Amino acid sequence: MIKASLTRLLHMVIIIMAVSFCAYMLIGLMPGDPIDILVMGNPYATADDVARLKAAYGLDKTLVERYWAWLSHLLQGDFGFSRLYSAPVLGVLMPALKQSLILIGISMAASAILALGLGMVAALKKNTLLDNVINLFAFSGISIPSFWMAIVGIFVFSVWLGILPAGGMPPVEGSMISNEYSVFAYYILPVSILTLSTIGHYTRYVRSALIEVLSEHYIKTAKAKGLPLWKIVFKHALPNAAIPFVTVLALDLGGLLSGALITETVFSINGMGKMIYDSIMSNDYNLAMAGLLFATIAVLVGNLIADIAQYWLDPRVRSSGIQISQGVSA
Amino acid sequence: MMGFLNYLYRFEKLGLISLFLIILLFILSFSAPLLELLLGIETEFVKLAKRFDYPQWPNILGFDDLGRDIFIRLLYAGQVSLSVAVSAATFGGLIGLSLGLIAGCLGGRFDSYLMRFTDFIISLPLLPLLIVVSAIDFSKIGLGYIQDLTLFKIIVIISFLSWPLVARLVRAKAREVITLDYVRSARALGLSQISLIIRHVLPSVISPVIVALTLSIGNIILLESALSFLGLGIQPPSPSWGNMLANAQELIWIAPHIMIYPGVMIFLSVLSFNLLGDRLQDYLNPKQRVK
Repeated sequence: MIKASLTRLLHMVIIIMAVSFCAYMLIGLMPGDPIDILVMGNPYATADDVARLKAAYGLDKTLVERYWAWLSHLLQGDFGFSRLYSAPVLGVLMPALKQSLILIGISMAASAILALGLGMVAALKKNTLLDNVINLFAFSGISIPSFWMAIVGIFVFSVWLGILPAGGMPPVEGSMISNEYSVFAYYILPVSILTLSTIGHYTRYVRSALIEVLSEHYIKTAKAKGLPLWKIVFKHALPNAAIPFVTVLALDLGGLLSGALITETVFSINGMGKMIYDSIMSNDYNLAMAGLLFATIAVLVGNLIADIAQYWLDPRVRSSGIQISQGVSA
Repeated sequence: MMGFLNYLYRFEKLGLISLFLIILLFILSFSAPLLELLLGIETEFVKLAKRFDYPQWPNILGFDDLGRDIFIRLLYAGQVSLSVAVSAATFGGLIGLSLGLIAGCLGGRFDSYLMRFTDFIISLPLLPLLIVVSAIDFSKIGLGYIQDLTLFKIIVIISFLSWPLVARLVRAKAREVITLDYVRSARALGLSQISLIIRHVLPSVISPVIVALTLSIGNIILLESALSFLGLGIQPPSPSWGNMLANAQELIWIAPHIMIYPGVMIFLSVLSFNLLGDRLQDYLNPKQRVK
C-alpha cells in the first residue's frame, strides 16, 4: 500500500515537472518580447536601457537557462512577479482560485443533484416518452456551445429584461460605482450556464449506471420479495450506481478548474480560467506558468480523489487492489 | 444495395435524421461558392450601406455589421469547421488506432510506456494548453514560411491531444481479442504478427473506433469554435462559427439577431454527430446495448 502510494506520488511529480517544462518552452515560443513591447511605448529608451532591462528580467539568457532559474526560484517558494497585475503571482492566484472554486462548487453540486434526479427518472421510465425527452435534453446539453448559451443568457436577462447583471462581480463596498444588484444576482447566470453545460453528461451517466444496476440479480430478488419500489431504488440500486458517478465527478472537478475558462471570460469573472487566458494573451510568463501548474495539479488531484473514492466506497476494489483507469476526457 | 438500405432502416429515426442533417450540412457548405454565384451575392466586399439590413430575397438571413450576407458566410464557416473537425478526428484516430493496436498486440515495455504517455496527455489541462499552443509564433521554430498556418496548427494540436483516448480504447479491445481462441489458433498455425493484427484484430476494433470518431467530430467542432470565439482559432476575415459569434457578442446591443445563427449551426451539427455516434454505438455493439 505504502509502496503504491509512493509510486503514485512519484508519477505525479514527474508529470508536473514534464508539464512545467513543456509549458515553459511553449510560452517561450509565443510572439512578442515583453521588453520590446515595453520599449515601444517609450521613445526615450535607448539600446542600453533595453539591454539592462532584458538582463534584469533574465531575458538575455536562453530558454532552458530561464526555465532552470524559474524552477529553482519556484522550489524556494518564489512564484515570481506578475507583470500584468504588478503584484506577486501568489497574490493574484489565490483570489482567482477562491473565485473559481466557489463558482465550480455551486454549479457542480447543482448539476450533480439535478442529474441524479433526471437520470433516475429516465432509468425507471426507460424507453418511454419521458425517457426520450430527458435523453434529448441531455444530448442537447452536451452539444450546445456554452459560450453561445452565455451570450443568449446575457441578451435575454440583461439586455432585454434587464433583471440580471451582464457579468463581473459586485463592486467593492464604498466604491464610486452604484450597485443595484445583490451579490447573489451576479452568480445566477454563470452558475446556470456552467450547470447546463455539465448536466447532460452526468444525466446520461447516471441513467446508464442505474439501468445496469437495476438488471442485477439482487434487484430481482428484492423485487420478488415484494420490496416497495422506492426502497429498491434508494437502498439497493442508487448506492451502487453512485460509485462510478462519484468517480466521474471527481475526475471532472480538476478539469473544470481551468475548463470554466470560457464561461469566466464571457462573464468577465476573475477566476482561474480567465486569469490563465489573460496572462497568456499578455505574455505574463510567471503568472501563466503558475496558472498552468495549478490547473495540472488540479487534474491530478481530481484523479487521485477519484481513485481514493473508488477504493473507499467500493469494497470490491479494496479487496482486489484493482486500479481504475483515469481516462475520462474533461 | 438492399443490405445497405436494410442497415439504414434499422438505424432508428433519430440516427437517420442526424445522418441526413450531416449530409445536408456538407452539401450546403461545400456548394457555398456555387450558391453565391447563383444568387448573385458577393460576400467579399464590404457594403456599409447595407449593414444590419433585414432579411430579403436572396439574402435570406440579412446582413452583418459590414454589410456582408450572413447566410453565405455561415456556409463558408461550415466548410472550415467541418474540414478541421473531420481531418483532426481522422488524424487523431489513425495515430490512436495504430499505436493502440501495436501496444495491445505486442504488450511488454512499449505497451506500458505508451500507456504512461497517454496518462500524461490525458492529465493535461486541455483548454489552457490549446490556448498556449495556438498563440505560438511558428517563425520562432523556423516554420514561418508555411502560409496560412492557423488551419494546419489547429488540426495538428487537436489531433495530438485527442489520439490517446482512441489509443486506450483500441488497446483495451485488442488485448481482449488477442486472448480469444480463434486468434490464438491463427497464431499457432503460424500466421505472422502483421497479418494477425490486420486480419483478425483490426476488424473487431474498428467499430468502437468509428463510434469514437463520430463522437469526437462533434467535440472538435465545439473546441474549434470555442478557440475561434476566444480569438485564437480561425482569424477574420475568414469566417468561422466561433469568430462570427465573437463578433455578434460585441453587437449584442445593436443587432442581437446576428448571434442566433452561428450558435444554431454549431448546436445542430454537434448534436447530429453526437446522436449519430450514439445510434452507431447501439447498432455496432449490440452486446453492450443496455436492455
